[in-house]
Amino acid sequence: MKLRLRIWRQAGAEDKGKMVPYVIDGISEDASFLEMLDVLNEQLIAEGEDPVAFDHDCREGICGACSLMIDGQAHGPQGATTTCQLHMRQYSDGDTIDIEPWRAGAFPVVKDLVVDRSSFDRIIQAGGYISAPTGTAPDAHAVPVPKPDADAAFSAAACIGCGACVAACPNGSGMLFMAAKVAHLGLMPQGQPERHTRVLGMVAAHDEAGFGGCTNTGECSAACPKEIGLDVIGRLNADFRKAATRAA
Amino acid sequence: MSTHEYYVDGDPIADTKAPDGPINERWERRRFTGRLVNPSNRRKLRVIVVGTGLAGASAAATLGELGYRVSNYCFQDSPRRAHSIAAQGGINAAKNYRNDGDSVYRLFYDTVKGGDFRSRESNVHRLAEVSTEIIDQCVAQGVPFAREYGGLLDNRSFGGAQVSRTFYARGQTGQQLLLGAYQALERQVAAGTVELHTRHEMLELVVVEGRARGIVVRDLVTGEVTTEIGDAVVLATGGYGNVFFLSTNAKGCNVTASWRAHRQGAYFANPCYTQIHPTCIPQSGEHQSKLTLMSESLRNDGRVWVPKAHGDDRAPADIPEDERDYYLERRYPAFGNLVPRDIASRAAKAVCDEGRGVGPGGLGVYLDFADAIGRLGEDAVKAKYGNLFDMYERITGENPYERPMRIYPAVHYTMGGLWVDYDLQSNIPGLFVTGEANFSDHGANRLGASALMQGLSDGYFVLPNTISDYLADGPFEAVPEGHEAVDAARKAVDDRIAFFLGNDGDRTVDSFHRELGKIMWEYCGMERTDEGLRKAIGLIRDLKDEFYKRVKVTGKAAELNQELEKAGRVADFFELGELMCIDALHRTESCGGHFRAESQTQDGEALRDDEHFSYVAAWEFAESEPVLHKESLEFEYVKPTQRSYK
Ligand SMILES: Cc1cc2nc3c(=O)[nH]c(=O)nc-3n(C[C@H](O)[C@H](O)[C@H](O)COP(=O)(O)OP(=O)(O)OC[C@H]3O[C@@H](n4cnc5c(N)ncnc54)[C@H](O)[C@@H]3O)c2cc1C
Ligand code: FES
Repeated sequence: MKLRLRIWRQAGAEDKGKMVPYVIDGISEDASFLEMLDVLNEQLIAEGEDPVAFDHDCREGICGACSLMIDGQAHGPQGATTTCQLHMRQYSDGDTIDIEPWRAGAFPVVKDLVVDRSSFDRIIQAGGYISAPTGTAPDAHAVPVPKPDADAAFSAAACIGCGACVAACPNGSGMLFMAAKVAHLGLMPQGQPERHTRVLGMVAAHDEAGFGGCTNTGECSAACPKEIGLDVIGRLNADFRKAATRAA
Repeated sequence: MSTHEYYVDGDPIADTKAPDGPINERWERRRFTGRLVNPSNRRKLRVIVVGTGLAGASAAATLGELGYRVSNYCFQDSPRRAHSIAAQGGINAAKNYRNDGDSVYRLFYDTVKGGDFRSRESNVHRLAEVSTEIIDQCVAQGVPFAREYGGLLDNRSFGGAQVSRTFYARGQTGQQLLLGAYQALERQVAAGTVELHTRHEMLELVVVEGRARGIVVRDLVTGEVTTEIGDAVVLATGGYGNVFFLSTNAKGCNVTASWRAHRQGAYFANPCYTQIHPTCIPQSGEHQSKLTLMSESLRNDGRVWVPKAHGDDRAPADIPEDERDYYLERRYPAFGNLVPRDIASRAAKAVCDEGRGVGPGGLGVYLDFADAIGRLGEDAVKAKYGNLFDMYERITGENPYERPMRIYPAVHYTMGGLWVDYDLQSNIPGLFVTGEANFSDHGANRLGASALMQGLSDGYFVLPNTISDYLADGPFEAVPEGHEAVDAARKAVDDRIAFFLGNDGDRTVDSFHRELGKIMWEYCGMERTDEGLRKAIGLIRDLKDEFYKRVKVTGKAAELNQELEKAGRVADFFELGELMCIDALHRTESCGGHFRAESQTQDGEALRDDEHFSYVAAWEFAESEPVLHKESLEFEYVKPTQRSYK
């Protein structure tokens, strides 16, 4: 198929950046979206132009590296699908596709479609863990975990840290990402001792990193390729209230 | 025919750190004989850890907890994105929670046998011992493993095992284990013991007076190249399956860190041992950039078949039962669909070579869930494999609940890697290697769910114990600015970058990588021959020459430049690919994932040659021919037998 692409090009963090049109032909419907960009890049290099920079690694929807706004939608039109798992059979010959980086205050653009998401790591540093130094663990069966809790914890832990939630949020909030971790750890018995310090620390780091506040628009969950539900935000808020009252 | 025109023989080597005595006491003995570092001295010692996958993150976090000063590097934008994140099926441990006869000894036995008697008994036994501690550790970190209704951990059996010893977290075990290690790592970053450098790529090892003392790294965002000095260097940089271009590995996986260390003198062991995974989604066209694994756990419930008739192109549902060949069940009645990976892969290739393959190009076999859905119901199948089925549908556009999956083997894992002793130290003092990057535990074939186990065993439990014996002699003398070894390493990096950017070429890096991959797959893939390997070596050398003449790298040095990153990696893949072929050529036996067509039994199974090849082939780099050092393997406990899964 033949496509018209309009891609955000920005040489570096200081550059202003703009949308640049490209035409690409002969794309197979079995190709993935990133493979389509590979073909474009091969073409650009052949013409002596700088290829389009974009983040990617696993190309199977699990590492969370890929991160494109496609026609205004984080990870494109298909539900529960990362950009790397989006395939060109979702498009038709002659389509025009706009491709932009994540846009959020806490995710500055590095180059073209690549953004800096290290603010997510800083949120985890501020408490997104259970303190269990190597070698100190009791037998794995010492503490049974009710299956529904374990399953719910898993669903929250399935977050791949891609940042689609932030990109989709009109406020650029990192609430869903943060709440998914708070819920995962808070649902496990091992996570109880640090439950309150965790949520306070993470929320402070979140705000400091320049993420916006959450106004419950729900765009985050709709854009999440792992379908993390809004219920985790409810859990975070409840934990936060309790922790803040205690600390006060 | 002699293969000696391609290499020269060197002195044999021995694993000088391997303890003797009863096998179940060796690890304890080594921990006791190894020297310790006083807690107050640890903060004077800087350890450089390259890699944040399971092997790297676990090591960096644990060394940080112990009080060492750790500098940790990865090329992704976050440690959490290391390739370990993609592991699906599970992690083995000899917990015997099922009471089905499992034990440390059985896991040891299965792993030695599964590795086709080409691994070290001492290492494998330690791995089996440590396996149980890994599960405890991960549960304490909050890793949400699958559980049963009683709240206890669930297990499943995994490719080639007759006991249920595999722990899993739906189809995302690697993700959950890595997030556990990543969180432990970030905790240490917050505590100030670990300094983390993401989007940094190691491009050279610095060896000063015979010791590994540092690395040269490039900041991938600014392009700045710096030299980092420490008391020891740990490489946890993963496997090199991407030498084949198409593999199940993440796109960034590469051999550069290991290869640069190899060029500085570190031996590269058994490079030709690669694992071809039987259940991957077949290639759909020339645009293909990677292959996607469908977890091996699917073989627990899926049945593998092809039509009995050649060129039968009816839809699978139209092919009646008696016209289907369930070839694994037929050839291997005892293990059926659960035979080890190398056997399942070769069997798939064989039926496709006969012209009975299905799908585009006849390069595929069916993996059929109709029976399982009939027996367990669609909901139960969905609960077990839902995410894998969804992934399959997204990629192929076909619904596996209704139509059998099409699968084909693909390169998946590399058993070879840098040579290490029992302490996980390479032959360069101070250079340690963990995880998939080393060669040590899986012999010629890795069993399913054993790589995660090894990565975490190395990182959480083995390396933090063994490295102290080395560091007890530290802190080592400061390396002065302008030291000649540092300058040389630095210059090598600068020169290479300048060469690529200055080359007046006309072909993209990817076009060379693809072509190299085809050569490797054709001649050094599932089946290897003397003639094919010789041909491959010639083709690789020619292509490498052309690469240096014609490769075109756009952009500048001082910026994010993904083409430049790829160029360096592909350059190293060329040299590695040649060594893999030489290794495969010299090993005229078949063993594990290495199948030499000249060495097979009458019914087409791999035929080992223990008399001549019961050794680790450790290669030393030389500008001319590589030098072969042999480490002979002793089997005191598990006596070599011909593997049989019939
Ligand atoms: C799709 C798939 C599924 C799998 N499923 C399973 C399974 O179910 N069970 C199982 O046991 N095994 C499985 N495996 C194998 C297993 O996942 C890997 O062998 C293992 O995770 C490797 O871990 P590692 O820490 O050694 O390396 P990796 O996770 O590959 O990490 C390498 C690290 O090194 C860094 N790095 C590399 N080179 C450089 C450089 N030059 N400079 C700086 N940093 C560098 C990277 O950034 C990364 O952080 C699977 C593999 C694949 C491909
Ligand atoms: S590239 Fe890993 S999730 Fe898309």
